[in-house]
Amino acid sequence: MSSIGRLAKTFRRTALQAIPTVIGIVVINFLLLQLAPGDAADVLAGESGSATMETVAALRARFGLDQPVLVQLVAYLDNLAHFSLGFSPRYNLPVAEIIGQRLPGTLSLMLTALAIAIVIGISAGVVMASFSSRWPDRVISIVAILFYSIPGFWIGLMLIVLFSVKLGWLPSGGSETIGAGLTGAGALLDKLRYMILPATSLALFYVAIYARLARAAMLEVNTRDFVRTAAAKGLSPLSITLRHVLRNALLPVTTVAGMHLGGLLGGAVVVETVYSWPGLGRLAFEAVMSRDFSILLGVLLLSSFVVIIANMMVDLLQAWLDPRIEVR
Amino acid sequence: MTSTDADIARPADPSLSGAAAPEATAGPSWSNLHAPDTNLVADRQTVAASRALRIFLRSPTALAGTSILAFVVLAALLAPVLYPGDPLSMVGRPLLWPGQNRAFPLGTDSLGRDLAAGLFHGARISLLVGVAATVIGLTLGILVGSVAGYNGGWVDDLLVRLIELFQTIPSFVLLVVLVAIAQPSIVTITWAIGLITWPTIARLVRAEFRSLREQEFVMAANGLGYGHARIIFREILPNALPPIIVTASVMVATAILMESALSFLGLGDPNVVSWGSMIGSGRELLRTAWYLTALPGLVIVLAVLSLNLIGDGLNDALNPRFNGER
Repeated sequence: MSSIGRLAKTFRRTALQAIPTVIGIVVINFLLLQLAPGDAADVLAGESGSATMETVAALRARFGLDQPVLVQLVAYLDNLAHFSLGFSPRYNLPVAEIIGQRLPGTLSLMLTALAIAIVIGISAGVVMASFSSRWPDRVISIVAILFYSIPGFWIGLMLIVLFSVKLGWLPSGGSETIGAGLTGAGALLDKLRYMILPATSLALFYVAIYARLARAAMLEVNTRDFVRTAAAKGLSPLSITLRHVLRNALLPVTTVAGMHLGGLLGGAVVVETVYSWPGLGRLAFEAVMSRDFSILLGVLLLSSFVVIIANMMVDLLQAWLDPRIEVR
Repeated sequence: MTSTDADIARPADPSLSGAAAPEATAGPSWSNLHAPDTNLVADRQTVAASRALRIFLRSPTALAGTSILAFVVLAALLAPVLYPGDPLSMVGRPLLWPGQNRAFPLGTDSLGRDLAAGLFHGARISLLVGVAATVIGLTLGILVGSVAGYNGGWVDDLLVRLIELFQTIPSFVLLVVLVAIAQPSIVTITWAIGLITWPTIARLVRAEFRSLREQEFVMAANGLGYGHARIIFREILPNALPPIIVTASVMVATAILMESALSFLGLGDPNVVSWGSMIGSGRELLRTAWYLTALPGLVIVLAVLSLNLIGDGLNDALNPRFNGER
């Protein structure tokens, strides 16, 4: 079968599998919305400051909040079908629009952190596997387990103390120099400077995971017959490690990397708060502080979709990397 | 006939009998069970358990983890003795650096609260939430995972969908939403963490049950007419325990990290002092008094590190695939 056809088949299968998950997430979201204390009418009434019982009732009728739960669920689904996640009284904007403004910031931070984690993690894993059970392996594995135990927000704060307060090398928060009016390469460099600390804080945890995964995967591939064949052919250990072992060990690591996107989003909530990074995470935090549940649930729904899309992309990537996967 | 009975009593898979296997002599006492190797079975189990313990104790990192954890537990137990009274009350001059005043070896925060008292009392909260949330997660996960793995069929399909659903939603975002909606308190935080961690265990338990279900000892238990509940909890579960124990130790660590992140965000129980909330309040003075942030964070790292080290040691000791003795 042509590779395009195989990819199309994989895509169809994963898309079909995603449908029940999407429905489930929407229902959970709706139920949480029901459980949240107070409703939009309460919020609006509270914000106006001079609401009578009658006005609140009128507001409820206007938003359809006095309808039975099932009718409300249908209305909610209808809203979602029109890409409407509700309205935030605090920002006086539709939730979808607010989230749309913040999404690029979070995605760029997450992808940078993921790239850092994969590159450093896999390199560390290769070193660990090559020196298995000797001192480089032991030292790196202790460092990895230390990274695994450090809360992201705390290392973020400590990096600020060191690099922004004491050394003054890097900015302590924000995503670009305000009012600098930079363009082109200058603007990109400026953005990079702001990106380093938050992306590093977010990446550390995953560096540890990928290092350990890559080590385990490489040690497993090492025992395969084709590695022995390569050695018998007289290839140098370096070329065996890089061209034969690492390539095959990458597959499990990419799978897990895709699965971690959801976790990265959770980590971004905290790290963005530390660095006042204008992204979904800080939006969620501000929504918590002002008890703006429509935004919170919008972030939850959207981030779940991001994870679903990421999982589909991992499936496609794997089908492309390894033709045997479709056979299974 | 005696040989068949002895087969039933023998642990199904010697490689999995590391931690706890069904006791050979427990259950109905069979009047026809006279096989001389009945007692040998118990011996082999104690041998396996002591072997696991030996591997665990031989690992310096596992020992380091155990001693750090023992220290944290001791701190939690001694907190009311060493620092009686509310750790949230003002006791001294504000913003004393560590070592500046003998009475407050770790300094005081911006409101004059003793940092050391906060750290000791915070250990109680972190350990309490960590352990209780793990118990909730374990219970839910084992229930769902064992039912799914044991039954198979449409029950399995349905439960796997549920597990996948929960694994798709970014767990920390869900945790924040749950706690924000339920109003933060120790009880709601614990339940919320338990609710978002069960899928990991459920997945693991399901996989174990699926492979163990096909083994001879389960068939034998079926043949003896044991009920499903008894087969699940008395026969299969003990054999599936080693990976569950390993995961549980890491789950406590994760729960402590989550609790600290929540209270850092201001979603902690406002009535108790927690390491995360100490960092959150110290953050405002990060430029001038960074020790307020550094010290509670170091304690979190130590506590979480100890649990992860223990988890690693347990994994080496209980997982026969990766240790050199087999």
